Amino acid sequence: MSVVSAAKKRSAVSRFNALIRRTGHGDVIFRALTILAGIAVLGTVLATGYSLWDTTPLPREKFGLGFLWSNDWDPVREEFGALPFIYGTLLTSVLALLMAVPVGVGIAIFLAELAPDWVRQPVGYLIELLAAVPSVIFGLWALYVLIPVLVKPTSEFLNTNLGFLPIFAGPIFGPSRLAASVVLSVMILPTISALCRDVFLAIPNAQREAALALGATKWEMISQVLVPYGMSGILGAIILGLGRALGETVAVTMVIGNNRDLTSSILHPGYTMASIIANEFAEATYELYVQSLVEIGLILFVITLILNSIARLLVWQVARRAPTEARA
Amino acid sequence: MFNKFFLFTALLGLIVLATACASPTTAPSSAQPTAAPKAGAVTINGAGATFPFPLYSRWFYDYAFVDTSAKFNYQSIGSGGGIAQITAKTVDFGASDAILTDAQYTAAKNIQMIPTVAGAIVPVYNIKDTDGKVIITTLQFPYTSLADIYLGKIKKWDDPVLKNANPNIKLPSKDIAVVRRSDGSGTTFAYTDYLAQVSAEWKEKAGSASSVKWPVEGIGGKGNEGVAAMVGLNDGAIGYVEFAYAKQNNLVFGAVQNKAGEFVKPSIEAVQAAMAEYGTNMGDKLALSIANAPGKTSWPIATYTYLLVYMDQTDCVKGKKVVDFIKWVLSDANAEASAKSLDYIPLPDSVKKQVLDKVSKVTCQGKAF
Repeated sequence: MSVVSAAKKRSAVSRFNALIRRTGHGDVIFRALTILAGIAVLGTVLATGYSLWDTTPLPREKFGLGFLWSNDWDPVREEFGALPFIYGTLLTSVLALLMAVPVGVGIAIFLAELAPDWVRQPVGYLIELLAAVPSVIFGLWALYVLIPVLVKPTSEFLNTNLGFLPIFAGPIFGPSRLAASVVLSVMILPTISALCRDVFLAIPNAQREAALALGATKWEMISQVLVPYGMSGILGAIILGLGRALGETVAVTMVIGNNRDLTSSILHPGYTMASIIANEFAEATYELYVQSLVEIGLILFVITLILNSIARLLVWQVARRAPTEARA
Repeated sequence: MFNKFFLFTALLGLIVLATACASPTTAPSSAQPTAAPKAGAVTINGAGATFPFPLYSRWFYDYAFVDTSAKFNYQSIGSGGGIAQITAKTVDFGASDAILTDAQYTAAKNIQMIPTVAGAIVPVYNIKDTDGKVIITTLQFPYTSLADIYLGKIKKWDDPVLKNANPNIKLPSKDIAVVRRSDGSGTTFAYTDYLAQVSAEWKEKAGSASSVKWPVEGIGGKGNEGVAAMVGLNDGAIGYVEFAYAKQNNLVFGAVQNKAGEFVKPSIEAVQAAMAEYGTNMGDKLALSIANAPGKTSWPIATYTYLLVYMDQTDCVKGKKVVDFIKWVLSDANAEASAKSLDYIPLPDSVKKQVLDKVSKVTCQGKAF
């Protein structure tokens, strides 16, 4: 760099510094920027909600709230109802959480508390890598490997031994709500375990030392001190996992069987909200049809908001209680 | 339709933005990796059906050697999107597998459907016979049997209807697992159109469209490959895929009894026979169903796929290019060879003549080209 341009640059820098000083060491600018960022988030959410609402006058007028509990989805007769899709989304997401949370938290505890250093680093890295795998890859893998090798035999086992329970009723095809849930659980596992590991690593060592000093075993220290202490963080991780499960589209569409029947069996093919949009949007040939699909999107948006709000309240509740419990 | 178009444009904008951000700053982003089009090249934009997309891409590639100044750009966003875009006049031509409804004709005044090729749909299956061997011979499906299977009236593979038609095959007493497309598609449109033609009950209960309410929900697979995978996963499954897809992937497909009572295997000739049965008078719209065609050699499950153009073009330069391209498609030997090599079915001469007649009447701003 030449001397002249260096000098020019210096003067520019000093002028910038002067400006910073005049504006209270940048506090004003910084505050304005952060407020702007905050408003941008809020604005995006509101704008999304509004535009979804604004795009769906036809089905809201024609079906009203009945859209939510009608299970009639017939593009030929122009009848639309969202119940099978709402049911499928909630069922697969909850099942996925039931499978992923214990394993995910288990991995986190192992990595943060029990694993030797040479295991911790590579395994942690692999878990983060798992989060970066595109969902269509998970879908393909599930379709050609997971279903024939794991899900179908498991389904047949459950059906033969527990088939009298409606949730394990046949017939079994392979693609099913269970298959979708298993794929989802694999997909949300890295989110949950990576975040929980960070939560455990952030717990001050004093907590561990105090528990051990009182004669606690490692198990007692983890289950009675560390987990309650990190509970709000763990719940936060679960919420993020749930968010991904609710919205996951491609992988689920490939393995769930896309069947609109409202049956209770988890071994039966099902359908989710994201899947119906992905499947039918491209060939939706009239306005009511398109708008009904957008309304499904609106419902998914509202459900996600409600579930997140509930979870957020839960986190606050736990966060208020946690320190006293940990001290007790 | 406007909203859908709007959403699509927004999406497209995002993609453009993303690619613009990702492109390296060293090279000007206008640089094309392929041979640079000549100065004064015209870009013609089209959008629509996914079903003919492989063939259209091939044709645009072939046509680039015929007319070096035309650059065709086709987005396979689905028939619904294609109809919406040409109605909004955001593209120079649309494409659809489904025949336009009266409302759609009203919305897009003076639009013309131009059949380019036909595609056939074939039933594929995966069953083991009573000896436990996978059946690889051609099963014969009697006249209404496919409709009855998809209606849930024929439930098992050893149903008398199927057994009598296939006396030499040891059909097992196994439940039929019904597989169908989960995504809206021209394939489903053609298939349900056929089912509605052979079965009044199907017509009343489900009807025909690119996506219907299935009497037996069964399993939905996304795309031909999804259906093929689901059929492959389940012993006792039946599904339907495009002829081209089945052939290129060596799937086992069946023969179907046509309107004349003959069992016919799908082939280019059998579909051309079906087109020729109906083809002597296409009518002014040039759009008709060729499902369940009469004639002893006709394959019954087939459909035309169409380009959508305005009879009166607003942009004379682009309009001329579109018309020339369609004329090339319908009269050039290379275009026909490309279609055949991809297992699409070229129009028979009787149909070609009517389409060429219609295309020669396209005008620009009220004047002939």
